[in-house]
Amino acid sequence: MTSLLFITGGILFIVALAMVYRILLLVQVARGDDGTKNKVGISNAINGFLFIVFFLAGFAGIAWYSGSAAEHFLPEAASEHGKITDKLFWITTAVVFAVFFLTHIVLFFAPFKYRYQENRKAFWYPHNNKLEVIWTIIPAIVLTILVVSGWKVWSDVMSPAPKENRVEIEIMGKQFNWQVRYAGADNVIGKYDFRKIDATNSFGMDFNDKNNFDDFTPNEIHMPKGKNVLLKIRARDVLHSVFMPHFRVKMDAVPGMPTSFWFVPTTTTAEMREKLRAEGKPNADKFDYEMACTEVCGQSHFAMRMKIVVDTPEEYAKWLESQKSWYSLNKEYVDKLKLDGKEKLSANNN
Amino acid sequence: MATAHVDIHAHAHTHDAHGHGHDEHHDHHEQSFLEKYIFSQDHKVIAKQFLITGLLWAFIGGGMSGLFRLQLGFPDADLSILKPLLGGWLTDKGKIDQEFYLALVTMHGTIMVFFVLTAGLSGTFSNFLIPLQVGARDMASGFLNMLSYWFFFISSVLMFTSIFISTGPASGGWVIYPPLSALPQAMSGSGTGMTLWLLSMAIFIVSSLLGSINYITTVINLRTIGMSFTKMPLTIWAFFITAVIGVLSFPVLFSAALLLLFDRHFGTSFYLSEIYIGGEALSNVGGSPVLFQHLFWFLGHPEVYIVLLPALGMTSEIIATNSRKPIFGYKAMIGSMLGIAFLSFIVWAHHMFMSGMNPFLGSVFMFLTLIIAVPSAVKAFNYITTLWRGNIVFTPAMLFSIGLVSLFISGGVTGIHLGNSALDIQLHDTYFVVAHFHLVMGAASFFGMMAGVYHWFPKMFGRMMDEKMGYIHFWVTFVGVYLVFFPMHYIGIAGFPRRYYSWTNFDAFNIPAFVDLNMFISIAAFLTLAGQLVFGFNFFYSMFRGRLAPANPWNSNTLEWTTPRFPGHGNWEGDIPTVYRWPYDYSKPGSKTDFIPQHIPLSQTPESNNEHDEHDLKLEKELV
Repeated sequence: MTSLLFITGGILFIVALAMVYRILLLVQVARGDDGTKNKVGISNAINGFLFIVFFLAGFAGIAWYSGSAAEHFLPEAASEHGKITDKLFWITTAVVFAVFFLTHIVLFFAPFKYRYQENRKAFWYPHNNKLEVIWTIIPAIVLTILVVSGWKVWSDVMSPAPKENRVEIEIMGKQFNWQVRYAGADNVIGKYDFRKIDATNSFGMDFNDKNNFDDFTPNEIHMPKGKNVLLKIRARDVLHSVFMPHFRVKMDAVPGMPTSFWFVPTTTTAEMREKLRAEGKPNADKFDYEMACTEVCGQSHFAMRMKIVVDTPEEYAKWLESQKSWYSLNKEYVDKLKLDGKEKLSANNN
Repeated sequence: MATAHVDIHAHAHTHDAHGHGHDEHHDHHEQSFLEKYIFSQDHKVIAKQFLITGLLWAFIGGGMSGLFRLQLGFPDADLSILKPLLGGWLTDKGKIDQEFYLALVTMHGTIMVFFVLTAGLSGTFSNFLIPLQVGARDMASGFLNMLSYWFFFISSVLMFTSIFISTGPASGGWVIYPPLSALPQAMSGSGTGMTLWLLSMAIFIVSSLLGSINYITTVINLRTIGMSFTKMPLTIWAFFITAVIGVLSFPVLFSAALLLLFDRHFGTSFYLSEIYIGGEALSNVGGSPVLFQHLFWFLGHPEVYIVLLPALGMTSEIIATNSRKPIFGYKAMIGSMLGIAFLSFIVWAHHMFMSGMNPFLGSVFMFLTLIIAVPSAVKAFNYITTLWRGNIVFTPAMLFSIGLVSLFISGGVTGIHLGNSALDIQLHDTYFVVAHFHLVMGAASFFGMMAGVYHWFPKMFGRMMDEKMGYIHFWVTFVGVYLVFFPMHYIGIAGFPRRYYSWTNFDAFNIPAFVDLNMFISIAAFLTLAGQLVFGFNFFYSMFRGRLAPANPWNSNTLEWTTPRFPGHGNWEGDIPTVYRWPYDYSKPGSKTDFIPQHIPLSQTPESNNEHDEHDLKLEKELV
């Protein structure tokens, strides 16, 4: 009933508008203005002028808002490569903003300046090869500089993770949360098989591989400051994407194709809180690093949060010790499994 | 100017010397309503069919963005008032269902990219302008052209149907990455909705191919006498190049969709491997989701140019006409379009820097991607130089064209960030990307489409649209688009991911200032959408009751303005005019008028001929 009212009201409104418009048009015709007398009217100058107004208001708005928005951006990158990519980002931004600004000066002032005048003729200027060569080459040079510097950074970030000082963390995306697994005392993350996944063994850990017995699966990510942290990323149902905004880390999690990303965290959670407190940020004491999902994965895509804690190496060692292996928490489950050469394995692990 | 009009007509009548054989245009039997308006083979009618279908889709797709902007701007609002429209897609608390939110985002993208900006833009204007501007009576095959529209229509019906089924339409994003799109267990939208999406797109691709093949054939074979490739308007160049890109890239999407259908229904594993979902491990192994991404973006990236090039082509034409100046660097414009078209095929993987593909590929694609910025920059500079020292008439079409150039620049420059894989690590799939492509691809192309509608409306319907309403439409839209998309850069820099129903789960994204900013964006979006109603009214009203259009309302040089006010099937009543000059003789030194149409022989304008015209003068003598 309401919708019917809305629809009727809408139609009547449009009809009324049409009538008003028709009347205005007829008045114009009655006045003898057939719309072709002058090539342009006063609206030509107004439109030209509005581009200038838009330019001034627009750039004033950008200048004003950019200042106040900047304080809400993410804090300084908490990883080594992030500091470099951030710098590159702001350099690129400065360059393109300059281009944006300069081209718009011409684009928005020329219309008013060169608006139609009956007694003037436009300047016949079909081409100028020199000019075109110049504005082909200059962007090419600027872009080359940006690309080469970007390529260097990219190659470093994507280089194979160093073997020494390395901490490996397995991250698995599933609908709709992240799960993580650490290697445990043997420093080797055990093998998995997606066929072994069930309600209990959500990683599909294959206990034929003895490396699995000391693996543990905490509810939050811990990593030591200054170490080479290698994320081994996988997904078990659909695509997900690991996104750690504070570390400038992102990598898709792909079912059937493990991916990885390594980086060096540079700021512990405590240090970051201290820094934010010094900057006077609200809730600085409650600050936590976070991981999100950036590849649409279904209904609760927006809620795949996991907390990240960066410790000092000492704190991290302590935390490692406090963790209980998944096996120790699920002994009954594992003992029921029919494992190849089970006696041997249990013997090794006793 | 009046004198020029007379000249044109005098000329058109005196010029039936070189018979075209099939002159007397087609048989004169009365066409039934069905033949004339529904199953028409007249390119002009088909163009209007594309346009009106495209505009209806634009209102649906735009309306959907209004709905999800409600969620993003006012996450706590009770939307029960929309119950009659959304029904079960509202939760008990009057909020938009989470999966339906994703469905809205997905359908908005699909509709806007394919149905509005591919069919509605390229379909409309390629159809309308190619025969009229190259001087042909119709497309090479009117029948295939008709089929092209009707395949689009069937595709539209399927997609429209999918909105109303109980499991909802496709919801995995317009890029429909598997496994999400392949597994109905993963989300309800991946059920029947996804099947319909794939069928609809497959049929859409057929439509697009039929159209493109026709455009290419017509441009190559049916140009009128004298219309060499170097005398073609840039619009035709743009449509021609667009059609070539479409023919080469759409089949790849077709294969991607076909393989996905196989994975969904016939148990193959092209894209699926090692999946545990809904409590069971699937038997699929060996497939790769990244393969789909490669196939998808092999179309997906050229698609950006399929959408953008026609808009740029029309802008070239409109800016030159209304600046009363030749387009600056005609050959450079063609060269840069060819360059963009070629490069568009070898940059696709820049959408996949963080997909897990080999980082070495990332390096290669980063280099190739940033090369494409060079021809784009050349185009932008050339537009600006065309305005410089012009004698500019601000028709609504001209305003939209200037707006396009602005959006093309502001959206284009952030491509330099995103094409740089090192920066893409952080920016990928954030609102920075949303801002970027909505400005450079969405808004710029939409502005091109609007410019085209305002400019060629008099030729399409023989009537004028109201200028004042056009001005209001432009300024509301132009200001609105910037207010909507510019702030998204800030949100993107702050790391906000795309396709999020809400950001409050994360401390990092729960920033009061940006909650306000999102509300601001939503309000701007509503106003911009409301502004489109002015256009809707102006369009449909003027179609029937607008003022009758003069023969050449913008004093333009191209051939379409030599046809009668209401051109019949066959376009010209007498002979097709012969072309003697390029289409940009505006304000030529020495000329009495500030424009000399293409069909005026150089021998008639000795006062304005210059040294570059010698060659054409010789050709002209041979012709006559």
